[in-house]
Amino acid sequence: MISDGKFGKYGGIFVPELLIPALEELEAAFIKYKDDKNFNVELDYYLREFAGRPTSLYYARNLSEKLGCKIYLKREDMLHTGAHKINNTLGQGLLAQHMGKKRLIAETGAGQHGIATAVVGALLKMPTEVYMGSEDVIRQKLNVFRMELSNAKVLPVDNGSRTLKDAINEALRNWISNVEDTHYLIGSTMGPHPYPTMVKHFQSIIGRETRKQIMEKEGVNPDVIIACVGGGSNAIGIFSEFIEHDEVELIGVEGGGNGVNSGKTGATLSVGSEGVLHGSLSFVLQDDYGQISEAHCVSAGLDYPGVGPEHAYLKVTGRAKYVAITDKEALHGFKLLSQYEGIIPALESAHAIAYLEKYAEMRENKGKTIIVNLSGRGDKDMFLVAEKMGDEL
Amino acid sequence: MIENNPIAESYSDMFKRVKEKGEGVFIPFIVAGDPDFETSLRMVRMMVDGGADALEIGFPFSDPLADGPTVQSADIRALNSGMNTDKGFEFVRRIREFTDIPIGLLVYYNLIYKMGVDKFYRKAHISGVNGVLAADLPPEEASIAIEAARNNGVNQIFLAAQSTSNERLKKIVELCSGFLYVVSVMGVTGARSQLKVSTVELVERMRIHTQLPICVGFGISKPEHVREVIAAGADGAIVGSALIDVMVNNVENSEFRVRECCQIMKNATKVR
Repeated sequence: MISDGKFGKYGGIFVPELLIPALEELEAAFIKYKDDKNFNVELDYYLREFAGRPTSLYYARNLSEKLGCKIYLKREDMLHTGAHKINNTLGQGLLAQHMGKKRLIAETGAGQHGIATAVVGALLKMPTEVYMGSEDVIRQKLNVFRMELSNAKVLPVDNGSRTLKDAINEALRNWISNVEDTHYLIGSTMGPHPYPTMVKHFQSIIGRETRKQIMEKEGVNPDVIIACVGGGSNAIGIFSEFIEHDEVELIGVEGGGNGVNSGKTGATLSVGSEGVLHGSLSFVLQDDYGQISEAHCVSAGLDYPGVGPEHAYLKVTGRAKYVAITDKEALHGFKLLSQYEGIIPALESAHAIAYLEKYAEMRENKGKTIIVNLSGRGDKDMFLVAEKMGDEL
Repeated sequence: MIENNPIAESYSDMFKRVKEKGEGVFIPFIVAGDPDFETSLRMVRMMVDGGADALEIGFPFSDPLADGPTVQSADIRALNSGMNTDKGFEFVRRIREFTDIPIGLLVYYNLIYKMGVDKFYRKAHISGVNGVLAADLPPEEASIAIEAARNNGVNQIFLAAQSTSNERLKKIVELCSGFLYVVSVMGVTGARSQLKVSTVELVERMRIHTQLPICVGFGISKPEHVREVIAAGADGAIVGSALIDVMVNNVENSEFRVRECCQIMKNATKVR
């Protein structure tokens, strides 16, 4: 490997020896193509024409009036397939094609990354298999159907907690057996090097657009950026352009589940501890002996007992702050944005909205310019939210 | 500081002893605590009775990404029975009551990291462990573990595979001690009907780079496989999932079957 893939002490390549050559090959290809003109022309074309970039930085007037702040929403929810995930799947899909790989595999929790991979597989004519915990297959039937419509094969995973972390294990195992012709398209800024760096690179388009847009609209950096954090790809994407601007406060919002101290939570950075999971050293939810715990969160995208290693680094260095929002608060955020702005957020993004309200209600934050990364739209969550609200669809 | 240090035969003495008999080394694998502490301890006794030259003891992990379905299920059974790292060391200590053959641990790095790297190796040494292999710890990340292993008189064992370049192999064998664990297939652990890679070629290539004993594992499930890897010039064969399958499929007389299976596998090492 050319780089050790570390953010401070976090990150790295904690994988079986059998995967190292594949990671070396991937790192070399990423370094070769990330600044390659032709590659980027092609990627820009698909981001624009297929995915619908750039997304707007929308001034949320009603919410701004209500909360007494200047609130902007980065509208990643407007992208094809309904979330920011497509930025990364297009990037990695094209990279895999340039590497001569014939097949894509991916993991998915809620199904958003699975769908974003499936459509890219269809676009690039690459057979695609998506590993999904069998619990999630049941919870997200609609998304399974969407993936299958785009020719992807959905493989239910019956091991462990039958959710995202087990889907990742199974995808890694399959990759170990098929490294020659297969690219494993990881959906978040996690996993062994070079994934955290590579996924950040492909998601950093969010931050670059946002910076340009806020400069056009306000002429100065925002005071604060708020984004939800599961693995952390939308957050690192929008943070990336602002990390070096110290005056910009960066806040990541984790899925608190029933509450951070309830034992049923997805708030890895808030209550987890250092550990090695899925190829990198970061924060994880675990017991005293290092057995990984199951995460709990109403939104499947935040329901993960690990977190990207760069977020661990941003946390311990104090550059970013991480907070948790409970399931209940997230549902409130979901309704708030729908009612005030006519924008139905994904349950993941609703966590960021819920924290936005808390933040804006603090006296010292009145009048601030706040950007929330609206990472996805809520269509996928309709059944779940209706059920939680006591309605039946 | 180091007390209760049980007398264990070293890897090098064991490999020498077995080689002098004209045999290959047979190393069975078991997950500590599968399906419970006492039962798995009895299985280890059967393995030793059946002719094991050394033992590989797996500590169960919630997310064993290098393992196939057989070991995954064993890990889950063991965790459900209450196995943890401290009980794992107690398990090794109990094995030391009836045998002094080398014992290697097969673990995932988070178990080591969470306990504290030096503390883990100190406890390993005290309980009677000869070597530690962390399945997800390549040389790039291993410097802290290697130092702790050396300080505590434990061998750090590494994996090498068909896909490992000669350049990497040089780095690996420099850091590795005890023996080199060669993975015979491109995949996860688990019984297979056929070994795909040319084992002869693989072992020969490894030989060029190291004086360390070479043991082949992953997918070795039949006596033919054992004969094949020993005939190919390997010093030993490691059998894991196949033995777990024997245990699971013969609940009534699993102890007898495990001993019998080990006898057959051990006999297959006598090919020279």
